Amino acid sequence: MRAILVVILAAFIASCGRIDAANRNREATPPPSPSRGSAATAADTGDWIRPGKDEASTRFSDLNQITRDSVRQLGAKVIFSTGYLRGHEAPPLVVNGTMYIVTPFPNVLYALDLTKPGAPVKWKFDPKPLAAAQGVACCDVVNRGAVYADGAVFFNTLDNRTVAVDAATGKPRWITKLGDINRGQTMTMAPFVAKDKVLVGNSGGEMGVRGWLTALRISDGEIAWRAYSTGPDTDVLIGPRFKPFYAHSKGVDLGIHTWPGEAWKQGGGTTWGWISYDPALNLIYYGTGNPGPWNHEQRPGDNKWTSGLFARDADTGEAVWFYHTGPHDLFDYDDINESVLVDLPIGGTTRKVLLRPNRDGYLYVIDRTTGEALSADPFVHVTSTKGIDLQKGRPIEDESKKPVLGKVIHEICPAAPGGKDWQPSAYSPRTGYLYIPANNLCMDFEALEANYIAGTPFVGANVRMYAGPGGYRGELIAWDPVARRKAWSIKEPFPVWSGVVVTGADVAFYGTMDGWFKAIDAKTGELLWRFKTGSGIVGQPITYRGPDGRQYVAVLAGVGGWSGAVVAGELDTRDATAALGFVNAMTDLPQATSKGGSLYIFGLP
Amino acid sequence: MRLAALCLVLAIGAGCARAVTAAQPPLRVCSDPNNLPFSNQQQQGFENRIADLLARDLGTTVEYTWWAQRRGFLRNTLLAGLCDVVIGLPRNVEMATTTQPYYRSTYVFVTRKARGLHIRSFDDAALRQLRVGVQVIGDDGANSPPAHALSRRGIVNNLIGYSVYGDYAADSPPSRIVAAVASGEVDVAAVWGPLAGYFAAEQREPLDIVPVSPQIDGRLPQAFDLSMAVRRNDTARLAVLNQFLQRHRADINRILDIYHVPRASLPEVGT
Repeated sequence: MRAILVVILAAFIASCGRIDAANRNREATPPPSPSRGSAATAADTGDWIRPGKDEASTRFSDLNQITRDSVRQLGAKVIFSTGYLRGHEAPPLVVNGTMYIVTPFPNVLYALDLTKPGAPVKWKFDPKPLAAAQGVACCDVVNRGAVYADGAVFFNTLDNRTVAVDAATGKPRWITKLGDINRGQTMTMAPFVAKDKVLVGNSGGEMGVRGWLTALRISDGEIAWRAYSTGPDTDVLIGPRFKPFYAHSKGVDLGIHTWPGEAWKQGGGTTWGWISYDPALNLIYYGTGNPGPWNHEQRPGDNKWTSGLFARDADTGEAVWFYHTGPHDLFDYDDINESVLVDLPIGGTTRKVLLRPNRDGYLYVIDRTTGEALSADPFVHVTSTKGIDLQKGRPIEDESKKPVLGKVIHEICPAAPGGKDWQPSAYSPRTGYLYIPANNLCMDFEALEANYIAGTPFVGANVRMYAGPGGYRGELIAWDPVARRKAWSIKEPFPVWSGVVVTGADVAFYGTMDGWFKAIDAKTGELLWRFKTGSGIVGQPITYRGPDGRQYVAVLAGVGGWSGAVVAGELDTRDATAALGFVNAMTDLPQATSKGGSLYIFGLP
Repeated sequence: MRLAALCLVLAIGAGCARAVTAAQPPLRVCSDPNNLPFSNQQQQGFENRIADLLARDLGTTVEYTWWAQRRGFLRNTLLAGLCDVVIGLPRNVEMATTTQPYYRSTYVFVTRKARGLHIRSFDDAALRQLRVGVQVIGDDGANSPPAHALSRRGIVNNLIGYSVYGDYAADSPPSRIVAAVASGEVDVAAVWGPLAGYFAAEQREPLDIVPVSPQIDGRLPQAFDLSMAVRRNDTARLAVLNQFLQRHRADINRILDIYHVPRASLPEVGT
């Protein structure tokens, strides 16, 4: 393990600022943007062993056989039905000639043999999660992927188990139960491996679940440490090493004192998103979900450490800094999106930063050593806040947009799913652009509505979402984080709810909710090729080198998730407030696509 | 409870506990298998009793589909065609058609009798000092009316939240808030009436139940009308149920009395 680490470290250092040697013959084009930075990536084996491709979560692959010209000949080589109908949000993994895919509930793990024609199923592992997890647990039965390390594939089940499956045999190595669906806890995120530990987080903040990140030993699944998102410093693993950049995150036990009474005990801050790792700093980065289940009037204060970004020591879990993007969150802006670790030329020097296209609609560039925000610019239409005060490190609030029960508030942009939800962006060190799958959605908080759950009537606001200015609901944005502006974008009728992958041949791939899988020119945004899949795409595309030495592109189609629930869950399109108001914005989706999960593998003739 | 969980699993695929008679089609009801005093799988809840009464009136028996009454309950049960009637839902709920209301209950203050607190209004100054239990929901922007009413008054620091979801592995998950009053974990709790009445009667410690007054706090209702629900456009069945409710009002009130359901006065029938 230590030897491997050294190799990765060496590759990490070597990769900074280089142009891939293999590209030189094929690609004479000079770097198009003076702002290009370097991704903190390891050498590319052609495999895809974790959702973010590398520990920096760039989703960038050096592979370049599929060019901007040849991509027009791309065709489907394998189509494989998973047999499940809910939202397929996971990326396939490829390791040593085998592809691994994890399905939404019931979270079946398939291993497909890429060395044989048609990629037949090698084995299938069924963790048999409790069926009640669908009905008793909150709302969603998605799974965002698996990760490979040390000869095992790790993934989470909806009923709160982290499973390590032997990658060769499909037999479980260990299973660790981490929560109880009967208490509203679920797990949907993709685990992340940093050194000898697999990191996992929980879901269910709206059920009063208290968020945590837990590190399990790869070898036996034993819990090494757990860091809560609320409560006393000892629970949050805040100690002498904690040096937040901004004053409002400094103090003792802020995870208690920024809440009224004991509200922190049910404070939310679940950790259902992405984790990145910088081996040189030995820091992991991840965000916490929104506070819950209290309405904002019921929890005056900054509600630490919900809706913010932690940097922690990868070995001990000790907090090193925290950036609070959403102190006292008002709009359900979870802060669980990806952190893309890159080194960028800023202010005349190369800065180690992380890029964070956030739910609140701002693209944050944050110094990943110190937690200082260097810039924060809106990448979508934003009305919910008036900007980000970089001196204070917090948003400038707009009192007129504050949800108050019984008062109608129009045009809160972005809507609750944010300028971008969990669907991960990709960064190309060749173009210097971050490719952001974005939403263009606004929402209204309407008058009082009575509702009923577990025999108990309650009241709340009606939330209705709708397309933002321009009338389109999604956009793929190429963002230049150094120039701090949009380079180009592609408008889409539906929210772009898929991930993005970008390659060494400057081709980017993404999918749409109406089922188009698209290849675009990463430099210009020109559409190069598209393929209509059997169902809308909310998954994460990948590219890999097959056992035959050829480059392939793969993605799971299968509409669903929060945005696609109107199709996968067969929600009533007349009920505008279903799926927390998202259905109102998606009434035409059932005409555009139907449900059903399939893997697509594309290759050249 | 293990049985209930098993049945819930089965209920995902098909209805559970079928008891079909020959002559009349069964009365198909969707119900929570673990939510006393409303219903449970042993059919010990007042909604189970009312369903029995209705079935007898129709000359048939009840066929249950058990499903936890959580987000998606109506979508997965009534609207999916697994049943035709839900026994208790707030009047005019958006996703279904509801009958005339057959009872009206209210949020209540629950205290230990021995304390002599006699709280009846959210404006009672004592609520600023005491430990106050409230039911919390967690749907975006939504919560129990007492939680809203207290926060409107700036009473937030001394609130203790009890999730209505509770622990579904335990019996009657939302009931813990009432036990918390009896044990002294909180001084007072604002609880939905039917839960409060039933579980207060079960405690060894004598508890006081006082309806929240007034019934509307600003624009926030603290009392709600409860009806039966059918699918939209199922007008024939709606008429049958409304006739039943007219005829059996006294019987239903007797059942509600047995379960100590606190009631507020109902609006006029026919509105």
